[in-house]
Amino acid sequence: MSVLVFVDTVDGKVKKSSLEAVYYGKKTAELVGGECVALAFNGSDLESLGNVGASKVLNVADEKLKQFDPSVYTEAIKQAANSVGAKVVVFVQDSTGKSLAARLSAKSKAGLVSGATTLPTVDGGFKVKKNVFSGKAWAEYEIHTDEKVISIMANSLQVEKSDATAPVEGLSLDLGGVNASLTVKEVSKAAAGGAAPLPEAELVVSAGRGLKGPENWGMVEEMAEILGATTACSRPVADSDWRPHHEHVGQTGVAIRPNLYIAIGISGAIQHLAGVNQSKVIVVINKDPEAPFFKAADYGIVGDAFEVVPKLNEAFRKFKESNG
Amino acid sequence: MKILVCISKVPDTTSKIAFTDGNTKFDETNVQFIVNPYDEWYALVRALEITEQGGGSVTVVNVGPAANEPTIRKALAIGAHEAVRIDGEPGEAFYVATQIAEYAKDKGFDVILTGKETINFNGAEVGGMIAGLLDLPYISLASDLQVNGSTATLKRVIEGGYEMVEVNGPFVASAQKGMAEARIPNMRGIMAARTKPLNVVPAVPVDTLTSVKVFGTPPPKSDVKYIDAENPGQLVELLHTEAKVI
Repeated sequence: MSVLVFVDTVDGKVKKSSLEAVYYGKKTAELVGGECVALAFNGSDLESLGNVGASKVLNVADEKLKQFDPSVYTEAIKQAANSVGAKVVVFVQDSTGKSLAARLSAKSKAGLVSGATTLPTVDGGFKVKKNVFSGKAWAEYEIHTDEKVISIMANSLQVEKSDATAPVEGLSLDLGGVNASLTVKEVSKAAAGGAAPLPEAELVVSAGRGLKGPENWGMVEEMAEILGATTACSRPVADSDWRPHHEHVGQTGVAIRPNLYIAIGISGAIQHLAGVNQSKVIVVINKDPEAPFFKAADYGIVGDAFEVVPKLNEAFRKFKESNG
Repeated sequence: MKILVCISKVPDTTSKIAFTDGNTKFDETNVQFIVNPYDEWYALVRALEITEQGGGSVTVVNVGPAANEPTIRKALAIGAHEAVRIDGEPGEAFYVATQIAEYAKDKGFDVILTGKETINFNGAEVGGMIAGLLDLPYISLASDLQVNGSTATLKRVIEGGYEMVEVNGPFVASAQKGMAEARIPNMRGIMAARTKPLNVVPAVPVDTLTSVKVFGTPPPKSDVKYIDAENPGQLVELLHTEAKVI
């Protein structure tokens, strides 16, 4: 019996959220008994997955897995799960996990909890919590089936690392029977090495219409750079093409749960809060003391962003200089 | 082009979220129900645009009790040609997906669309499950859908960017912002919806894979701590020593 964790890679490198998934898999394996096996497709430098709890890593090198095709990927994951006798398969609830977890669940008749925010409990049934009603409530699910699929929300667990490394084994699968279901024509992504992509970012600096125009984003980007944070924006900003659409957080955009969310010039409509209310700490900077966002904030500054932000950047810079 | 749009009935975004029966059921008292926004604004409207340009029909399907029919009629008022209600209790995504897959399997739909997720359970599961059950390609989180003969091109939003995907033949996709603009039903649509077909089909038996044991709401947030706009350095100090996030 084991827990299999699907590890997503970008240009062969493991995504940060997948490290959290492996750690989740390790903790789950401790609960159900067994080992945590990580599964990667065409990955490299995978030994370090031992740091976050993988007992071993299976790497499938296969041309058919070069493009992201949910049909082929799911078949490969299903075969890998069978080969190690996995009872639980873990994904991250991002654009990859949302394409795979449900398909695997339906194909294997394995109960799925998607968007899990806690480790399972196993007393009186296998139970996992997730957020529902766009973060306004949670639900505890019981999975009744012997085989289970869990897709976790990024930034749900504090990952503890060790010095352990994991042996990497090549795994060859028989994917001859599964045809490509689609063709990926183009992938457009910000260059690697920049800030973490939004759903997995721990620090997020976000701004809204209060900034008046795209030409004023310099101070927002500056704050993000000082903090090593990722930039985000509200819906009107993305709709006006002041910022790219993938930066839009909120109900219709991306839902995030960073450690720190700094909102500058965003009033805090209920639809925006639905995407950010899981943030651990929320800072709101707004000149309108009646802005509804203050009710959801931990720290608030009532003031003009154009005066407050440069001062705050200066303070952040000083802090970084003296604290590394 | 024959398009099936899966719609869910959800509480309005501004509804008060509370639970009854020992926190095992959503409290529907005074709750206004709507068509799940992603299903309506993006999946349904794009399906209508495609059939308006190239001909064909749009069927909406909902899994639920007779009480869902007013919500289904809203989708007809926006322009869907016909509706199907599969008469069952939607306890989990696998139940819903199985009912829809059973209904759709021999109807020859070219495209099956869902919203990217529902705003009540936020699972993003039904589309992927239908695709798995019917062995169809699945494109999640699509923000654009263009159809050219039997080939469709979709833009898929991924972390930090997008992906352009081409698919031939029938497929399932989940729709999100960008795919279409919301439409408001007009009086003619609302009148027409009354007489459009709303067929009821029985549910098939399905194994229960998961169930909700208990709901809860997060503890109320403590009051916001205000920092003097003249002294933002204090915020930096609090984020470091009190919140411990930097």
